[in-house]
Amino acid sequence: MKVAVVVFPGTNCEYDVAHALDLIGVDAELVFHQETNLSGFDAVVLPGGFAHGDYLRTGAIARFSPIMGPVTAMAAAGAPVIGICNGFQVLCEAGLLPGALVANRDLSFICKPVHLQVESARSALTAAVAPGAVLRIPLNSYEGNYVAAAETVGALEANGQVLFRYCDDSGAVSESANPNGSMGNIAGICNDAGNVAGLMPHPERAVEAVLGSTDGIRLLQSIPTFAALVANPR
Amino acid sequence: MSQAPPAAAEPAHRQLGMTDDEYHSVVGILGREPRPAELAMYSVMWSEHCSYKSSRMHLGRLPSSAPWVVVGPGENAGVVDLGDGWLAALRIESHNHPSFVEPYQGAATGVGGILRDIFTMGARPIAVWDPLRFGHLDDAPNRYLFGGVVSGIAGYGNAVGVPTLGGEVEFADPYAANPLVNVMALGLLRRDQLVLSAASGAGNIAVLLGAATGRDGIGGASILASASFDEESGSKRPSVQVGDPFEEKRLIEACLELYGRGLVVGIQDLGAAGISCATSESAANGGMGMDVDLDSVPVREDGMTAGEILMSESQERMLAIVEPEALPEVVAVAAKWEVNASVIGTVTEGGTLRVRQHGELVAELPAASLSDDAPKYDRAVARPGYLDELWAAGITEAAPGDAAEVLLALLDDPALGDRSWIYQQYDHQLFLNTVVEPGHDGSLLRIKGTDKALAVSTDGDGRRCYLDPRRGAARLVMESALNVAVTGTRPYAVVDNLNFGNPEKPEIMWQFIETIAGMTEACEQLGVPVIGGNVSFYNETAGVDIYPSPVVGMLGFADPMPPAPPRLDRAASGMEIWLVGPRDVADFAASAYSRVVLGRLDGRPAPTDPELGPAVIATATGLAHLLPVLHDISSGGLGVALAEIAIASAIGLAIDDIGWSELWSEGPHRFLAVAEPGTLPALEVPAERIGLIGGASLDFGRHGAVDLTTATREWRAAIPRRMS
Repeated sequence: MKVAVVVFPGTNCEYDVAHALDLIGVDAELVFHQETNLSGFDAVVLPGGFAHGDYLRTGAIARFSPIMGPVTAMAAAGAPVIGICNGFQVLCEAGLLPGALVANRDLSFICKPVHLQVESARSALTAAVAPGAVLRIPLNSYEGNYVAAAETVGALEANGQVLFRYCDDSGAVSESANPNGSMGNIAGICNDAGNVAGLMPHPERAVEAVLGSTDGIRLLQSIPTFAALVANPR
Repeated sequence: MSQAPPAAAEPAHRQLGMTDDEYHSVVGILGREPRPAELAMYSVMWSEHCSYKSSRMHLGRLPSSAPWVVVGPGENAGVVDLGDGWLAALRIESHNHPSFVEPYQGAATGVGGILRDIFTMGARPIAVWDPLRFGHLDDAPNRYLFGGVVSGIAGYGNAVGVPTLGGEVEFADPYAANPLVNVMALGLLRRDQLVLSAASGAGNIAVLLGAATGRDGIGGASILASASFDEESGSKRPSVQVGDPFEEKRLIEACLELYGRGLVVGIQDLGAAGISCATSESAANGGMGMDVDLDSVPVREDGMTAGEILMSESQERMLAIVEPEALPEVVAVAAKWEVNASVIGTVTEGGTLRVRQHGELVAELPAASLSDDAPKYDRAVARPGYLDELWAAGITEAAPGDAAEVLLALLDDPALGDRSWIYQQYDHQLFLNTVVEPGHDGSLLRIKGTDKALAVSTDGDGRRCYLDPRRGAARLVMESALNVAVTGTRPYAVVDNLNFGNPEKPEIMWQFIETIAGMTEACEQLGVPVIGGNVSFYNETAGVDIYPSPVVGMLGFADPMPPAPPRLDRAASGMEIWLVGPRDVADFAASAYSRVVLGRLDGRPAPTDPELGPAVIATATGLAHLLPVLHDISSGGLGVALAEIAIASAIGLAIDDIGWSELWSEGPHRFLAVAEPGTLPALEVPAERIGLIGGASLDFGRHGAVDLTTATREWRAAIPRRMS
């Protein structure tokens, strides 16, 4: 499997994502945002950073980058399309995922490890994880506060599209475990088919014990696992 | 009654901050009166900030050589060799006055400026640190400045995509009207990527990369950074530059790609003194001249004079020297990253810098004269009168008291309490190098693909240096070295940021010279070279000078990195607590105990020990490869150091019989080691077992005990409760 890691001007997590994918044996290649062709790639990751400076609004300019044409086509074709942090914001802005990410409740940037409760294994980010698992993954964002219309959140909940919720280290989902004010403590979601998925915390920052956690491995491992499931349905 | 004649207008050179003598030197160099643009260039380049005219003759005393030094002081950044083709670049700067005038932009552009110094050398910037000093947080203006500066660092650093791995913070009255905002950056490069700023090869082309030039920051170096403040300083806001981290991010990527393709002969960043500095230094460093056409400089507004374009400190600009054949590819790389590239000049033989605007010659001067002929002052020196009285007043022991009361008061101090309110606003994990994060004595970064690691600590202590700048500065160097040693690295290189008051006062020059002496002694004792630094004078507002505030940035190096580097949170029940280093030094001068509990600042700080200091540091480096927890004992003494381990590890501890004064004294060269019983090897320096890890309280025996939950709560709230 070969994964395209998209580089917008202002993206800064591209090397980290490529490094993490490499560690789990997945072939990754950086692709500049002006590319209009993703043939030969089996999946796409939109990594974190500040695409186009986050000017106007996070993801608002990135959605018009030429690469988003083929990214949208791959999403429609059922290939894994993953957005991490700023990449999640771009997916929302591009309409590939519902809702939006707004400024954190306390109006300050948050960089710290958080705990996530895995809610659903039906996505390209969670196919290799058991629901109920509690993972420790670093969060690093100013606009990490997930919002959507009440009926949108209701539909996501009903349809099992909420992938992760912020929780405490025992897995309890509570207001005090919500770092940024996200509705329903939502940290990540997927589309109906499960192939397009986004989350605010950074799994690529949790792939080596020397850096404090290896819980991100299973999330990134879900990309090839999901692709294999789609190719060979059980 | 006749009207008084109008006051004669101040001559132009004085308005630009230049003395009459300096003006006459310019006339001597040129053999004529300078043109307006020439006067502007000399005024900025000969400012204190750019020329180091008050400090230059003293800085040469600092030891700057070692076999592993690749580039020493004088270039944009110091560079050291890490072996196997790897080099590290390190640089520190101050952005004190801009941050007082406009805290967010002042701090933000400080980050931008230091990063350019690093990638000018060919290195990718991999981390930033921010040593900060403010007035007390009980006063609203100080909270505004502190909050604004932290936001500015976060806003720029996070968006530009370089992690901020910490720094340090101090709160004291003299910083209320003159906060200190220092910034240090580290870069990593392969040896064959090293680029220097010399412009060589007549006929080569000078390409201005990055942002358009505007009227922002005009005279920042001469007006803001090289003069004292008064009540009018608010009107200096237009001298503060405005930063654009997205422009800088694209500039970094474009420059690194240009280096990678071998397209650049030399490069210089545009910081203080803008185009004046970049063109003259590039030419002078290469022994060449340069013809510059200001009409080719993209400007933000019409009608800018030659002097304004030359002096502008607009951010996010670089000047690259390229061969004519390479120009199309240079332009293409810049276009890929959406970076403006404009040919503004040509390298010439002969050493003359010629600047034209609208076809007219606006400046013609020897390029090297802007730096080499800058004035050099041997300022008057006098020992301050306050010292004898303060030294005599010092205390040698702590008055009897209750451990809980003293410890909780210290943990609630914002300089001793939890600093995560600051560093959790900074991305401190990007690039996947951060092995030991902010909140420990030193941060530790691995170098991916190798067994090597770098540790960094920044340290300052204005109060101790006020009481004795020589001892204070030596203590700082030793403490900083110990901070990187407890992560398992050995002290490898130093950069220093010397923040002082008005150098025209003899007492300030005395503080400065004593500081240099103390740093020199300690660096020589440790065998650590000073590879770069910065001097910030005129940190004086309304006649009040700051404490003498040298800040040390220490780089530690390990190869291999310890298998499990010590952390504060790895203490576990049953482990032994050892105090390594001397036990009997009573040292309350500038201690946290004196300040927080007694409200006093007096006494003479204990000296460093030229033998024991380096021995303790070497011991720490060795033990870090064996033990789970090592912790430097510094501000707050043994009591606070113990509490920090207990809080981080979420487990209590019990201390054997120990003297009350020893809990709060701050003598140098001491650290705590936590070890499974029987695992501490024989050491060549004093070490004594002082207690055990376990329980739910900090138990100081006959001096009392503190519930760990209470201690943790106070410690965590120290900054947030004041800022909310």
